[in-house]
Amino acid sequence: MAIYPLKETKSPPQSQIKAVVWLKENLFSSALNIALTFVALYLIYLLLPPILNWTIFNANFDLAADNQSCGREGACWAFINSNLKMFIYGFYPQEELWRVNTMFGIIVALVVFGSLIKESQYRAHYIIGSFLIYPVIAFFLLHGGLGLEVVETDKWGGLTLTVVVAAVGIVASFPLGILFALGRQSEMRIVKFISVIYIEFVRGVPLITILFMASVVLPLFFSAGMDFDKLLRALIGITLFQTAYIAEVIRGGLQAIPKGQYEAADASGLSFMQKTVLIILPQALKISIPNIVGSFIALFKDTTLVLIIGLFDMLAIVGAATSNSSWLGREAEGYVFVAMVIWVILYSMSRYSKKLETRFSTEHK
Amino acid sequence: MFTKLKSLLYNNEIRAILFQVLAVVVIAYFAYQAFDNMMLNIEQRGIRSGFGFLSDEAGFAVNDNFFLEYSPASTNLQAFYVGIVNTLIVAITGIFSASIIGLIIGISRLSSNYLIRKIATVYIEIFRNIPILLQILFWYSIALNTFPSARNSINFFDSIFLNSRGLYLPKLIAGTELYLVLASFVIGLVGYIFIKKRSDKKHDETGVKTNTIPHFLALVLLLPIVAYFTFGVQLEYPALKGFNFRGGVDLSIEFFALAFSLSIYTATYIAEAIRSGVESVDKGQKEAAAALGLKSSWAMRLVILPQALRVAIPPIINQYLNLTKNSSLAAAVGYTELVTIFSGTVLNVVGQAIEIVMLTMLVYLTISLVISLVLNIFNKKMQIKGR
Repeated sequence: MAIYPLKETKSPPQSQIKAVVWLKENLFSSALNIALTFVALYLIYLLLPPILNWTIFNANFDLAADNQSCGREGACWAFINSNLKMFIYGFYPQEELWRVNTMFGIIVALVVFGSLIKESQYRAHYIIGSFLIYPVIAFFLLHGGLGLEVVETDKWGGLTLTVVVAAVGIVASFPLGILFALGRQSEMRIVKFISVIYIEFVRGVPLITILFMASVVLPLFFSAGMDFDKLLRALIGITLFQTAYIAEVIRGGLQAIPKGQYEAADASGLSFMQKTVLIILPQALKISIPNIVGSFIALFKDTTLVLIIGLFDMLAIVGAATSNSSWLGREAEGYVFVAMVIWVILYSMSRYSKKLETRFSTEHK
Repeated sequence: MFTKLKSLLYNNEIRAILFQVLAVVVIAYFAYQAFDNMMLNIEQRGIRSGFGFLSDEAGFAVNDNFFLEYSPASTNLQAFYVGIVNTLIVAITGIFSASIIGLIIGISRLSSNYLIRKIATVYIEIFRNIPILLQILFWYSIALNTFPSARNSINFFDSIFLNSRGLYLPKLIAGTELYLVLASFVIGLVGYIFIKKRSDKKHDETGVKTNTIPHFLALVLLLPIVAYFTFGVQLEYPALKGFNFRGGVDLSIEFFALAFSLSIYTATYIAEAIRSGVESVDKGQKEAAAALGLKSSWAMRLVILPQALRVAIPPIINQYLNLTKNSSLAAAVGYTELVTIFSGTVLNVVGQAIEIVMLTMLVYLTISLVISLVLNIFNKKMQIKGR
């Protein structure tokens, strides 16, 4: 009987080794591709070393350093360290900082608890209840009263203020946005007219002009006795602005619902309110969730504009901290730090919205 | 009688009318209250009303001024016009460069080269998620701190200077020579369009394609250049006098920071629009083009791009509008455009908040309306025609 010895396995040909194939396909597949690879490498060589040098290799990480001892070749991260409190809390009094921390702590607790009861039938009640009650608690903690020392809003600042402005804008603009979206879709001519004019007007002008209007024109409309807080004016402006954008997003959702849903609701004898609340809105809101998150991301970016009407959000703190004579000329560090913080927040939000988009997408692929 | 009333109340049409009347009454009431308070407040604070202030002397200087006659002795109305022109100039500069950067980045994202693709992705993810105002302030402070002082300006051929105050370019002096050059440009352009139309017509009728690129180069580029040198246009060069440059065209560093930030920020959105446009074209289209024997560059130009642009251009036009609106953030660095001049300086001097903010908003509204008009026309033209 013939014996056939097993042949020794050969190593794969050079052209099929994974890394080599990958390199060949992705970087060196054609003359143009090779040229592009070199262009890319040159770009990286051009940009990366200076950035790394400034932020890391030439930077001074000695957190006790001052402006003079830090040097000018690289970043001086001691600047961030010594102003960190200001970046987070603004000018909030030192001994009251626990109130801000408690406020942030409650948000975290609420979110954690909410994710624990995902399966519960009371989840909707819980979410709506939190949205109604939490703002009251947060306002009480931040502003004070009822035994807590009152901290005027001109002391609020930094990341705290950024979060407050964004959160109020989001929460307040949402119901208003639904109203205007319904108004724009309404068959009542006058209501529709008013909604269209409002939405298109606000969307046609820059936020900064609306903030100017809220800060200098709005007080003229109220009787002289009413004292308008600067922060409140900004919040009104932001809310008016965001309402129009949310309304357009929700209108998109409303238009995407098949006509049959409206007709079926009418045929079942539901009243307008029942039809809207039970049939139309749940579907419309569900479709628009990714876009709503997108619109919130835009709002979060836009909150930085409040610095132009004189509020001290995180970005404005950079100016405030560097105008202090002991930290003159450290704007770059400040801007980079703020940019990193905001970037992390915005990037996670946009990842989340991408995730939602795939989750809610019922389209067949 | 009562049941009749009740049934009337439950009638949908009558309800709608009642509801609308109620809405109008409530709004009218608040509007009246607001107006009443406003009149009272204005009277108490001794603020003027009306648009008389427009013909008052402005009394302030403006950093950037391109075409218009303006001096502190000019009126507020003239300052308003300078503001509008400056807004438009920074917007147009921004739109132009954002489109170019966005196009490059968008194509890079679709590239088959891994490194190029990744660099484009990183660029988009970084600059899209940083607020535009932060970017403006950042580049402004970088430019202020790293560009040299006027005495040590970066010098290009003794005619272009860059320093921490701005960029100084030679200025074309208006005169017969300049008009002749402009005229030759227009003639070249018209001539080229005529030739192009004729060659397209020939292509449609006979299928013979003529290459019109040489005609383009000769008529649109070469002719004005030749005209420029034959007629000899006068130039005014910037020159260092005392602490600063005089003469020539001067672009302030604020303009620079603003236009630069607006371009790199908006470019991320344009790149994404281009990418999603190309990706929206069905794979079958590419395969069909290949099956017909079109080579890939033709397939791109004749099959993919026309369909991709239909999807990509509306969001791009929207981004142009956003860029124009974002140019109002100039107020943070002090580039003298509409908001800085009008809602800033003039408002501080005159104090007539309502009129001034309304006029400012009106300008932006007009720009928005024009852009959405363009968008509508485009959409109508690009609609797939039903059979």
